[in-house]
Amino acid sequence: MILALVEHSNGTPNGPSFEMLGLAGTLAARTGASLAAAVFGGDPAALADSLQAHGVGSLIQVQHPRLEDYAPDAWARALGQLAESRGAGAVLAAGTDVGNEVLARLGAGLNLPMAANCIEVEPGERYRLRRTRWGGSLYEEAWLPGEPKLLTVAPHILEISENPAQNPPVVETFTPNLEDGDFLVRVTSRIEPESGISLGDAPVVVGGGRGVGSTEGFAPLEELAALLGGVVGGSRVATNLGWRPHADQIGQTGTRISPDIYIACGISGATQHWVGCMGSKTILAINNDPEAPMVAKADYAVIGDLHEIVPAICAEIKKARGG
Amino acid sequence: MPKILVCVKRVPATGARIVLTDDEQEINTRFLGFAVSPHEECAVEEAVRIVEGQGGSATVLTLGPPEAEEQLREALSMGIDEAMLLETDGGDWNAMATAQAIHAAVAPAMAGPEPYDLLLFGNESADSSGYQVAVRVARALGLPCVTGVKGLSIEGGMATARREAAGGWEIFEVPLPAVITIKEGINLPRYPSFRGKMAAKKKPVHRLAPEHTEGGMQKIRLQTPETETKGAEVLGEGPDAAPKVVELLKQIGVMQP
Ligand SMILES: Cc1cc2nc3c(=O)[nH]c(=O)nc-3n(C[C@H](O)[C@H](O)[C@H](O)COP(=O)(O)OP(=O)(O)OC[C@H]3O[C@@H](n4cnc5c(N)ncnc54)[C@H](O)[C@@H]3O)c2cc1C
Ligand SMILES: Nc1ncnc2c1ncn2[C@@H]1O[C@H](COP(=O)(O)O)[C@@H](O)[C@H]1O
Repeated sequence: MILALVEHSNGTPNGPSFEMLGLAGTLAARTGASLAAAVFGGDPAALADSLQAHGVGSLIQVQHPRLEDYAPDAWARALGQLAESRGAGAVLAAGTDVGNEVLARLGAGLNLPMAANCIEVEPGERYRLRRTRWGGSLYEEAWLPGEPKLLTVAPHILEISENPAQNPPVVETFTPNLEDGDFLVRVTSRIEPESGISLGDAPVVVGGGRGVGSTEGFAPLEELAALLGGVVGGSRVATNLGWRPHADQIGQTGTRISPDIYIACGISGATQHWVGCMGSKTILAINNDPEAPMVAKADYAVIGDLHEIVPAICAEIKKARGG
Repeated sequence: MPKILVCVKRVPATGARIVLTDDEQEINTRFLGFAVSPHEECAVEEAVRIVEGQGGSATVLTLGPPEAEEQLREALSMGIDEAMLLETDGGDWNAMATAQAIHAAVAPAMAGPEPYDLLLFGNESADSSGYQVAVRVARALGLPCVTGVKGLSIEGGMATARREAAGGWEIFEVPLPAVITIKEGINLPRYPSFRGKMAAKKKPVHRLAPEHTEGGMQKIRLQTPETETKGAEVLGEGPDAAPKVVELLKQIGVMQP
């Protein structure tokens, strides 16, 4: 059996979990194993349809009176007990904050290796896998030993593909054996998100880097973003110099964006920035250096001083709207 | 007064293109400088701020080649008090071997009269990005571990840590000693002052010879993903290109009237 931890909110699995199920399904097919999804909380009836569409044969709901809110050690221990009781050959999760830490904790507890952010897996006595390093700017091929194999799947790289199972998943429950120590680390309270579009979900992102020059220099970028119903982001230079809050940073140690268009102003296109914006559908680079890597990697470019170009674009948009 | 340990990893500061060595085992660093992950830089800053606010002391630790002293000195110049270098011959140690070596180096202090109250790590290392060394060290030491932390306060023997989740925040409260992994954004690290750099030269760097344990994941080779560098279609130069840009915005459907 291949055991997949599916993260969901109110019964809707997240995108990275679907991407992971694609890889888990291939692995199950190639090893002749069944694919089971482990879920914490939520209504199994709501999950069954979407999981059937992704090839899940059984849906195992982990239940425990103390599992009301997220407790990563408890999740890891529960998954480990479930994997052992069903003789799972591999345990997979999405390469999210939750998936990576839960599988790391499972690996630490079992003293087994864990491969984070895989994109390809060749089954065998040891798995031969490909995973991302450097936030996605480099790949590594590696051998993964251990029983069960523990791995997460890099988000936003693999396509989500449907692979319907013939029947709806068999719904089961599993009650792990947990101790006080498993709940030492747990969410004790939450602060709800603020409303408004976030950088990660915005349809238009206008990014600024060192070329913007100052905090005030971002005003025309703000205007352009507002005109297009988008948000402003920046490079690490812009956040590190205090021109923008860190929450605006795009890249390896910031946010991954995937807008319809990313307009990168005065950003050179270092790999650590590129991995954060490469998921954009279209990239327009505005840069005074025609040789900048961002210009080489973008779809479109305007060459010149962003301080002249961005206001001109704003004016043109207003003109087009008859304002 | 808190006693803090911060773990950092020396990595090449790559630019716009990554070039590998011929045997595909490493990044070719001939023309590169070195750095630590921004997450780890923030962990160093956080340790310094806690000590500035509450007293106590902070130690920085790395497992790496002799040259990693450079990254330790940088942390010392930001205000860390002393350093520990687990010296290797430069090869890449996997997460299990790294965690075991760090555990072996730290365990005696944790069993002694003045254990660390707080062990800070980066959320993930810049190069191997395994998301696990801290979790493994915490497990081996039997300590609670909170990951991905972007807000931290230490008070009355407890750490209150918060991390981003679905646009909001999750709050964790754990007893000290604890392991916390830090994400960039928790603070804005300082630039070392001239005085800081001078002081760093006199601070002690303790060298230890770590033991390498076999097993775990085994690297076969590195690869650079194929990024298309087709070259952008140049819409024009200077402000005169604005009409072309607006045309493009209409074409891709982001220009509601
Ligand atoms: C481990 C690690 C993680 C990192 N994580 C991130 C990350 O998450 N996000 C990130 O962005 N960076 C990250 N970095 C930093 C990254 O390596 C680069 O240093 C950074 O992205 C460069 O920012 P920049 O493009 O704004 O600045 P620069 O590289 O200095 O580029 C400025 C660009 O602006 C252009 N320019 C200048 N003036 C003008 C003008 N008037 N008009 C038009 N163009 C102009 C220049 O031609 C140049 O191309 C990380 C680095 C490391 C080592
Ligand atoms: N060689 C090392 N020396 C010291 N600390 C390390 C080393 N490798 C990893 N770490 C720490 O562990 C964190 C997580 O690393 P990783 O599991 O590789 O993503 C890093 O951010 C560092 O704080």
